[in-house]
Amino acid sequence: MIRVIKPGLLTTVQDLGRRGFTHLGVSPGGAADCISFRIANLLVGNDANAAGLEITLLGPTLEFEVAATIGISGYGTSTSLPINEAFGVAAGTTVAVGPLSAGARAYLAIHGGLMVPEVMHSCSTFLPAGIGGFQGRALRAGDELVIGKQTQVGSRKLSPALAASLRLDHGPIRVTASLQSDWFDQETLRRFHEQAFTVTDQSNRSGLRLAGEPILRTNRGDLLTEGIALGAVQVPPDGQPIILFVDQQTTGGYPKIANVIAVDLPRLGQLRPRDEIRVQRVEIPAAIDLLRRQERVLREAFAL
Amino acid sequence: MRVEAASDSALFISFADSISLETHRRVVALFHAVEGLRDRYPGIRNLHPAYSSLLIDFDPLQLTHEQLESLVAPLIVESVPSTLRRSGLIEIPVCYDREFAPDLATVAQHSSLTEEQVIATHAEGDYFVYFLGFSPGFAYLGGLDSQLHVPRLVSPRKQVIAGSVGIGGAQTGIYPNASPGGWQLIGRTPLRMFDAATSPPSLLQPGHGVRFRRIDRGEFDRLAGQQQRDR
Repeated sequence: MIRVIKPGLLTTVQDLGRRGFTHLGVSPGGAADCISFRIANLLVGNDANAAGLEITLLGPTLEFEVAATIGISGYGTSTSLPINEAFGVAAGTTVAVGPLSAGARAYLAIHGGLMVPEVMHSCSTFLPAGIGGFQGRALRAGDELVIGKQTQVGSRKLSPALAASLRLDHGPIRVTASLQSDWFDQETLRRFHEQAFTVTDQSNRSGLRLAGEPILRTNRGDLLTEGIALGAVQVPPDGQPIILFVDQQTTGGYPKIANVIAVDLPRLGQLRPRDEIRVQRVEIPAAIDLLRRQERVLREAFAL
Repeated sequence: MRVEAASDSALFISFADSISLETHRRVVALFHAVEGLRDRYPGIRNLHPAYSSLLIDFDPLQLTHEQLESLVAPLIVESVPSTLRRSGLIEIPVCYDREFAPDLATVAQHSSLTEEQVIATHAEGDYFVYFLGFSPGFAYLGGLDSQLHVPRLVSPRKQVIAGSVGIGGAQTGIYPNASPGGWQLIGRTPLRMFDAATSPPSLLQPGHGVRFRRIDRGEFDRLAGQQQRDR
């Protein structure tokens, strides 16, 4: 068992998300940076989807009542805990993750996974509806987490070079065109792709709210509410874009100027308030090539 | 009809740019048909039906837009007989007592009806589920009598109690979970509209027909107690 001494800023139980319920208004959810999440699990020899902890900006302090093998993945911690490398924790040890030194989220996986009841086939916490994960909420001091069955430990280490190649923390966020890109004139689209946007502190797992010079549409039509893809860049009337993220609303009526490509979705989970981003337009075949390449690197790194 | 890529992982199929029952029947028919493909094609991840469109989220490492489009094309029907409109008819008991209806007077005033007429008109309507969105289990219902079309609140309530029945513009609906909300509240149902522990978790599904049944406070309490015991 693991006892939560300090919960950190926002620590939740996550997996790779909930599939097949968006038609009931239930977001896909799951780890905000699914690549780091998978790495953390693979480091400790778990299935990539095993339930683990998503840490936001400031990590928790955890007391391990039993010996365990854990792995932390993300962009960096400020403590001396190893990152991207599984390590053993003796019974009775306290692990303090502390503030993250880079990125917005880190993942802590425990060999055997965390035991929480599946809700709609997933262990991910969906805070807006208070479902899934640990009692549908973020961890609090005093919570007790149960570790799943531990088998033989096949712990691993991710080489810094491989970790770096899987980590895309620089360069523009790449987008494809979306359903209402043509509601914006060429000049506005050019500005959208050239200017810098600031990630505001109104951002969370449901969406990243950007601030910049307003992006105003030229088409004044009304959009009938329609389904929204993960990573859609919506533009409300005030011209400040919102990128729909893992805990997204499933339908909506704002025009979508672009859509973040799949390979860059995990990067969104690492953006902090006040970070500056730019967006770069790519075509779908190029986006899928990038995704394939990322998948290949990850699979080779863990000999999957 | 339009078939377009919405992203590198999503295909969007739209039948029209306006709301009509005919179009919506096609959306529901396609939604069910694509649901039926899931077992054979695990690359199909999530379906987002709406008024006149269906968005399909898929894994681009398992399927391409072209492959998905060719799988879906034969499933698209030109029209669906209206007799097949409903995939189920759900009756929802609603108590319209003042305690549950803080905005009944506003709706009455706006529609130039008495409060009793508002209740009768709402309870006699024949509704159907266009789609679910906004929050888990929140159904966008069509079929509201035009006399009852009233604007949303100027300033949304910070907290609407689960089960509250409201009107927002041309739509009526039930808040499945406690959440902020801007609709005019005229009643409450004791039914649990969304329960993550049941299968399916939502009482209402796209394409369902819906009727409201007016109940008194006694029956509300009895049904609410029964729901509590069934948990």
